[in-house]
Amino acid sequence: MAINWPISPRRLRELGVLGMNQRNGEFIAELNTRRYYPLVDDKLLSKELAVEAGLYVPELYGVIRTTHEFKGLSKLVGQHEEFVIKPANGAGGDGILVIDGKQSDHPLVYRRGSGRPIDIDAIALHISNILAGAYSLGGRPDVAMIEYRVKFSPLFAKISFQGVPDIRTIVYKGYPVMAMVRLPTSQSDGKANLHQGAIGAGVDMALGRTLDGVAHNAQVIHHPDTLEPIQGVEIPGWQSLLEMAATCSDITGLGYIGVDVVLDRDRGPLILELNARPGLSIQVANGEGLRHRIERIDRHLKYLNRPENAAERACWSRENLAPLNL
Amino acid sequence: MRRLHLLFVVLLLTVVGLSVAWYKYNTLGFPLTPDRETETWTVEAQIAVNPGQAPASVHFALPTDPPHYSVLDESYVSRGWGLTNQFTKRQREAVWTKRDPEGKQTLYYQATVYRAQEEIQPSPYPGPADPPQLEEPLKSAAEAFIEEIRATSADIQTFATLLVKEVNAANPHENIAAFLKPDATETERTRLAIRLLSIARIPARMTHGVTLTDEGRNLRPTTWLEVHNSRRWVPIDPRTGSLGYPRHFLVWWHGDRPALDSSGLKGAELTFASTRNLRDAVETARLQSSIVNSRLIDFSLLDLPIDAQNTYRVLLLVPLGALIIVLLRNVIGIRTFGTFMPVLIALSFRETQLIGGVMLFTLIVAMGLVIRFYLEHLKLLLVPRLASVVIVVILLMALTSIVSHRLGIEIGLSVGLFPMVILAMTIERVSIVWEEHGPADALTQGAGSLAVAALAYLVMVNDYVTHLFFVFPELLLVVLAVTLLLGRYTGYRLTELFRFRAFKTLAQARRPDSAGDNR
Repeated sequence: MAINWPISPRRLRELGVLGMNQRNGEFIAELNTRRYYPLVDDKLLSKELAVEAGLYVPELYGVIRTTHEFKGLSKLVGQHEEFVIKPANGAGGDGILVIDGKQSDHPLVYRRGSGRPIDIDAIALHISNILAGAYSLGGRPDVAMIEYRVKFSPLFAKISFQGVPDIRTIVYKGYPVMAMVRLPTSQSDGKANLHQGAIGAGVDMALGRTLDGVAHNAQVIHHPDTLEPIQGVEIPGWQSLLEMAATCSDITGLGYIGVDVVLDRDRGPLILELNARPGLSIQVANGEGLRHRIERIDRHLKYLNRPENAAERACWSRENLAPLNL
Repeated sequence: MRRLHLLFVVLLLTVVGLSVAWYKYNTLGFPLTPDRETETWTVEAQIAVNPGQAPASVHFALPTDPPHYSVLDESYVSRGWGLTNQFTKRQREAVWTKRDPEGKQTLYYQATVYRAQEEIQPSPYPGPADPPQLEEPLKSAAEAFIEEIRATSADIQTFATLLVKEVNAANPHENIAAFLKPDATETERTRLAIRLLSIARIPARMTHGVTLTDEGRNLRPTTWLEVHNSRRWVPIDPRTGSLGYPRHFLVWWHGDRPALDSSGLKGAELTFASTRNLRDAVETARLQSSIVNSRLIDFSLLDLPIDAQNTYRVLLLVPLGALIIVLLRNVIGIRTFGTFMPVLIALSFRETQLIGGVMLFTLIVAMGLVIRFYLEHLKLLLVPRLASVVIVVILLMALTSIVSHRLGIEIGLSVGLFPMVILAMTIERVSIVWEEHGPADALTQGAGSLAVAALAYLVMVNDYVTHLFFVFPELLLVVLAVTLLLGRYTGYRLTELFRFRAFKTLAQARRPDSAGDNR
């Protein structure tokens, strides 16, 4: 077998692939004002902002801020069959507890996403770990959010294994730049995390249709668990999804963000979370660098005589940033 | 604009850092490499005094800006005598006084000197010498002699050399034979040379000095001749006429007079002794710069108490470790646990050595992880869990030390120097990464951290590096400049060339017809 040599930096530059240093130095540092970070880092705050702006988010059941609110915990969660507990300031999906169903009411026992049972005391312990800052950056005290568990749409059922696939869109100065769908696999343990082996599939910006996928930086044509082709799945309501993403940039005041959206069976696209430091793997998933697209947006902005609204921006991106148009 | 600003700051820091270091190296003589020693001499003047009845006073000339040499340190031993220093006619003097001295006594003066420079410093021209009043026929004889020498010489130096040779010749020239007694002493011949030189209006003077020898005792001062060539005093051997002082000749005093001038004494005898010693070059440079009165040295770390110095020897290496971290993370792209944790681990490797340190670290983290997974099973709250890990880590460290001591491996004893809180935090972070992102990620990051720590250690433990940053802490400005420059590095990281290598085929597969567009 031939050795898989690294790619030359010159070729990478030609392809417009964004590196970590450039992302940090030229985009995040320049476009994302530090005082707006809490708006995206604190999921509670970003949820509030999104609701104010009329965007759809998973419904918030309750917030636990101190340990003596545990008294009301059984009452709070008791009425729900399914829910998710997450730290408001968690990093990288750490500390998220997914409850899939209720096993019994007395004593109150639930079932985890993995199928294992979990009783209310164990849930309380998980929450107290969240409050103590076990999952937040720098171990700062945190609050726990209890929210609606997304019932994922059957759209991606054929090309994902358990878990919830989500759609990540990078938004630059209000314009959606690039998108990908993250598909859980058995290797990623049902998590939509590319580091753990989930598949990232690029999305055609014009049509909202999936391209081939990438796992562990290598091309994947069929999903390893379901053996279905990854390419060609069309995301419904693509225009409105891009509009939502573009609006998120407006409400947070950040010029370079990643917007994670999940498709709910009943409620349609819901904004799951925002990210002020979105990763670079989206480029591999799309087989294309971000920079050429960003340069097109900059050129467009230069000749623009009035600011465009979210719908116009989404339209512009669909017309101008599809791979075949480049 | 911002780029220009940064470049300016970087340039400024580099220039300041390097030029201060250069000044210290070049002018103050701080050594660039460790363990350098310089030769210093301890010279002692012993004045054996035989007092009479009257109050006694002893004037003793002290070395005053001797050519080639620098006086680093001096001390006096003279119990019961009053001591004052004075400065007359460009000559320092020690004055000892006592009202009723009894019995023979010895006064000591001790100086530490070291050969500071090869060149003789320029000094202002004292003006042409006054010709002596001579009577005929001596006057015409001397003038004829001078004319003759002048005809065969080129400049002041050669003139003086020729003259001294003539004065010392076995059969002196007929014109000067009248000035010389056949059994004239060295000092008398030198005196004659000075008189003859002054006829030619060349300023000349007598100097006296000691030839330094290791373990030398009962040394006697030697007379030397200096002529001023309008830029500096040029030494000439009054016996042979050769130029320059011998390498180990320390000029003590100037003028046609003895070093000692006493009153109220029956007798006083002066002898010199000298020994050679080797002294740490840094220490010599420090003394030297305090003599030069350099303001820089007021801000030197070398004046701090020893234990503070030792702390700074280590602390000054942390910036270098930080620079290495920046390089490895932002240019190479190695992932580590915590940003600066590897530097702290590297610092503790200084005590344990590299191999032992890596092994101990791995061992304790591995054992700690096992305990940590067990604690996870108990469902403890965060802070008590961290505290338990710290306690277990310390117990493990104690256990490792005891076991390895029993086995006769002394390296295990230095485990106590590992920063245990760092170890506990490492264990906690490894376990979280392990749980959330799988063992592969945890092991990669763990290996990355250890590799970075090992590299940082290898740089930081280097004797030359330690010495350089301790003696020239201003080099940290250069480190800062490089770090600032790296702060604006937006190129690819080395690991990204591997991470994105899928683009070699991906880009073509996705856009077969537009591959040539961007070129």
